[in-house]
Amino acid sequence: MPVNFTPSSDDILRFAPELIMTIAGTLLMVLDPFFAKKSPRLFGHLSIAAFIAAIFAAAVANSVPGSAYSNLLVIDGFGTFFRILVISIGILTVLSSYRYLDREKAETSEYHALLLFSVVGQCIMVTANDLIMIFIGLEISSIATYVLAGYLRNDKRNNEAALKYFLLGSFATGFLLYGIAIIYGISATTKLDEIRAVLNNPGSDAFAMVSVAAALMFVGLAFKVSAAPFQVWAPDVYQGAPAPVSAFMATGPKAAAFAIFLRIFLTAFQQIAGGWEPLIWISALLSMTIGNFAALTQTNVKRMLAYSSIAHAGYILVALAARSEIGTAATMFYLAAYALMNIGAFAVVIHISGKGERTVKIEDLAGLARRQPLTAALMTVFLLSFIGVPLTGGFFGKFYIFRAALESHLVWLTVLGLLNSAVAAYYYLRLLVVMYMQEPGEATTELEPLTFGLRAALTISAAGTIFLGVIPGAILAFAQRSADFVR
Amino acid sequence: MNLLDLVIAIPGIGFLLALLIPRKQDQTIRLFTLGVSLVTFVLSLGLATGYQSGQTGQQFVTNFVWIANPEIHWHVGIDGLSLWLIVLSTFLTPIAILISWRYVHDRVKEFFAFLLLLEFGLVGVFSAWDLFLFYVFWEVVLVPMYFLIGIWGHDRRIYAAVKFFLYTMAGSVLMLTGIIFLYGRAGTFDYAVILDALATGRIALSHSEETLLFLAFFIAFAIKVPLFPLHTWLPDAHVEAPSAGSLMLASVMLKMGTYGLVRFCLPMFPTAARENAPWIVILAIIGIVYGALVAMVQPNMKKLVAYSSVSHLGFVVLGIFSFTQLGLDGAVYQMLNHGISTGALFVIVGFLYERRHSLAISDYGGVATVAPWLATVFLITTLASIGLPTLNNFIGEFLILQGAATAHFTWAIFAALGVILSACYMLWMYQRVFFGEVSEEVRHHVPDFNAREWACVIPLVIMMVWMGMYTQTFLPPVSETTTKILDQSKMNAPLRVALPHSGGSVHAR
Repeated sequence: MPVNFTPSSDDILRFAPELIMTIAGTLLMVLDPFFAKKSPRLFGHLSIAAFIAAIFAAAVANSVPGSAYSNLLVIDGFGTFFRILVISIGILTVLSSYRYLDREKAETSEYHALLLFSVVGQCIMVTANDLIMIFIGLEISSIATYVLAGYLRNDKRNNEAALKYFLLGSFATGFLLYGIAIIYGISATTKLDEIRAVLNNPGSDAFAMVSVAAALMFVGLAFKVSAAPFQVWAPDVYQGAPAPVSAFMATGPKAAAFAIFLRIFLTAFQQIAGGWEPLIWISALLSMTIGNFAALTQTNVKRMLAYSSIAHAGYILVALAARSEIGTAATMFYLAAYALMNIGAFAVVIHISGKGERTVKIEDLAGLARRQPLTAALMTVFLLSFIGVPLTGGFFGKFYIFRAALESHLVWLTVLGLLNSAVAAYYYLRLLVVMYMQEPGEATTELEPLTFGLRAALTISAAGTIFLGVIPGAILAFAQRSADFVR
Repeated sequence: MNLLDLVIAIPGIGFLLALLIPRKQDQTIRLFTLGVSLVTFVLSLGLATGYQSGQTGQQFVTNFVWIANPEIHWHVGIDGLSLWLIVLSTFLTPIAILISWRYVHDRVKEFFAFLLLLEFGLVGVFSAWDLFLFYVFWEVVLVPMYFLIGIWGHDRRIYAAVKFFLYTMAGSVLMLTGIIFLYGRAGTFDYAVILDALATGRIALSHSEETLLFLAFFIAFAIKVPLFPLHTWLPDAHVEAPSAGSLMLASVMLKMGTYGLVRFCLPMFPTAARENAPWIVILAIIGIVYGALVAMVQPNMKKLVAYSSVSHLGFVVLGIFSFTQLGLDGAVYQMLNHGISTGALFVIVGFLYERRHSLAISDYGGVATVAPWLATVFLITTLASIGLPTLNNFIGEFLILQGAATAHFTWAIFAALGVILSACYMLWMYQRVFFGEVSEEVRHHVPDFNAREWACVIPLVIMMVWMGMYTQTFLPPVSETTTKILDQSKMNAPLRVALPHSGGSVHAR
C-alpha cells in the first residue's frame, strides 16, 4: 500500500477540531507561568474559546464528509454529532468549574489543558474508523481523565478515586486491546469497514474467535460506560473525584465510549449479532436494576448520581440491544439529553457543596427552594428529566429508546426497563422532597449566590433539557440521518 | 387556533406568567390566577354552547404536527364524553383558588401557579386525541399535584405525596409501553386512526396481545380511579392534601381514570374488556361495599369522604363494565356528579378545618347551632352525596344500578348495598358534627360563611340541584357519545333492540 505522508487540505479540515484543541491545550501550559498568579480565570476563558472554535471547525468538517488520513478517520454525521456533543460537554464542564476551582484555590492551566486533551481523545474515538485509532483516542481521553480524577492532590478521596480509576481502567483497556489483537489475527486489518467485509463470510473456525474478541471488547467498553457487571468502580470514583470532573466523567467519556460501542458492534460485529445481543440484554437489565436499587439507599448526592449514571447506562444499552437505526438514533438522543441533565445536576451539587465538598449529603439540600428558589427550580427540571416526565429531554430519550426496543421485539426488556424507571422515580423524588418540603436544618450553612459560570452552565443545561423535551424533532432528525453509518 | 386550544393554552400561559410576578405580591398573584381561571371558565362555557348536538364525532378539532418523527400531533377535540369533564375542570379551578385565598400564606406564588398548571394538564387530558399527547398531559397533571400535597399538606404530607407519585408512575409506565406497542403496529399515535385500524382489522392483535394491552392501560387507569385493591394511595393523599388539592384530586383527577377506561379501554380492546369484565365488576362491587364500610368507621372527616370516593367510583366502574347504554350513561353522569358533590364536601370540610384546625369528627358537635348556614349547605351536599332524588347523585346511581341490573341482577343487589351504607356513614357524620352539645371551642371558633365562602358554595349547590332536576342539559351529548362507544365495543347489540333511542328512558324523565 503506497503511503503518503503529506495530508491533503481536506484531511486537515476534517481533523481541524482536534488540532485546534491540541494547540490550545499546549498553549495553555506554556502560558501557565505568566498568568497563574495574576488572572487564573484566563485559562478557563481560553479553553472555552478553543472549544467554541472546535465546534465551528466540527461543523465545517461535516461539510466535507469522507475519510481522512488513509482512512484512519471518517467524518460523517454520526462522528460530527458526537464531536459536537463532547465538545459542548467540555464547555459546560469549564463553566461549572470556575467557582469550584476558585473555592479550592486550585485554578491552574493544567486542569483546563487536561480537559482539552481528554476531549481531543474523545473526538478521535468518535470519528475513528480504525481499531488502533480508537485505542489511541481512548487512551488520550482516559489518561487525561485519570489525572483529572485526582486533580486535588492533597485530598485523600481524590487520590483514592484516581488510583482506583487508573488501575481498573488500565485493566479494562487491556481487555479491549486483546480483543483488537485477536481481530487483527483473524482479519489482518484494523479498519472497521474491512473487518466487516472479512467477517461477512466467516469461516467456521473464525466464528468462535470472533466471538471471543467481541466478548473481550465488550468487557473493555462496558467498563468505560460503567455498565454492569463492570460498574463497581463508578460510585467510588464519582464520589471521590472533584465534582466538576465527576460531571465530566459521567457524560463525556461515556458518550464517546458509547459511540465506539455503536460503531464497532454495529459495523464490524454486525454479522455475529445473535451472539452478543443476549450479552447486552443481560448487561442492560443488570445495570438498570443494580443502579436504581443501589441508588435508593444513598445519602450522598454525588454517589447517588453515580448509581443513577449506571442505571442510565443500562437504559442506553437497551437501545443498543435493539441494534437498529432507530436504536442508534435513540442512543444519540439519550446521550445528549443525559449529558445536559447530568451536568446540570452536578452543577447544583458543585454550587451547594462548599469548600472541600463538605456538604454533599442529601439533607444539605434541605429547604433549597426557600433559600434559593431559582437553583431549586433548575434542579427540579433536571430531576424531572431524570425521572422521565414529559416535556423534558429525559422523557423523549427514554421514549425513543423503548420504542426502538419494542420495534426490535424486546418486549420484556422494555417492560422491565420502564418499571425500573418507576423505581428510579423514588430516589429522584427524595431530592425534590428535601428541597421543597423540608425546612433548612439548624446546621445549614449560608449559600453564596450563584456565580456567573454556574448560572450559565445551569441555564444552558436547563434550557437544553426543556428544548429537547418540547421540540425533540430537530435533534432526533439529525441523529436519524447520521445513524445510517451501518453500511 | 380555536376555542378549545384557547381553553387549554390560557391556564398554561397563565402558569408561566404567574411565575414572573414578584414573590412578595401575594394579592396580585391571587387575583391574577383567579382572573385567568375565570376567563378559562367563561371560554369553556363557549365549548358547551357551541357544541353541536347530534354530531357524534369530535368537535373543535385542531390537528397539526408537533414532532415530526415519530409523528406526534397536537390533535385535540372534544365529544360528549370530554365536554362536561372539561367544563367541570374549569368550573372547579376558580373555586379551588378561592378556598385557598386565606388558607395558603406560605409560598403563595407557587401554590396558585401550580393550580393553573394542574388545570392546563386536566383540560389537556380530556381533549387529547393523540395517544402520545394524552400521555404527556397525563404526566403533566402529576407534577403540580405532587407539589400541592407535598408542600402545603398536613403532617404526613411527604409520605402521601411520594406514595401518590409512585403509584401513578408505576401505572403510567405500563400505559406508555402499551402506547409504544400500538405505535409499533399502527405507525401512528393518532387515536382515531388507531381505532379505525383496530376496528377494520388493519391491525390484527392476537388474543394474548389484546389482553396484555388492555391490562397495561387498565392498570394505569384503575390506579387513578382508584379501583379496589389499588386504592390505598387515595386516603393518604386526600387526608394530607390542602383543601384545594383534595378538591381537584377527588373531583377531577380521579375522573381521569374512569375517562380513560371509557375512552380507550372499551373501544380499543372490546374483546379483552368483555372477557375481563366479570372480575373487574367484582372488584368494583367490593370497592363499593368496602369503601362504604371503611368510611363508616373513620374518625377523620377527610378520610371518611375519601373512602366514600372509593365507594362512589366503584359505581362508575360498575356502570362502565356493565356494557349497557344506561350503565355507561350513568357512569359518565356520575363522574360529573361525584365531582360536584364530593368536591363540595371537601370544600366545606376545608372551611371547618380553617376554623377549628382539626379534621377529627370528635372535635366538633353542635356546629348547626353556631353556623346554621354552613350546616344547611352541608346538609344539602350530604343529601346529594347519598343520592336523594331531585339532587344530582340520584340520577347517576339510578342509571348505573338499572344498567347493572339489566346485565346481571345480582350485581345490582350488591351494589345497592353501597347506596344504603352511604346514607349511614354520611348522616352519622352529619349528626356527630352538626348536632349535639356545642363545645366552647366550636362556639368561639366556628363562625358562619363569609362572602368569599358563599361565593364558593353557591355555584356548587346550584349545580347539584340543576343536575338533579334537569338532566336534559347534560345528558344528550353524553348519551350520543356513549352510544358510539358502545357500538365500538360491539357489545350493545341486544340492548339496542330494547332501547332504540339512546338514553330514551332518561329523556322521558
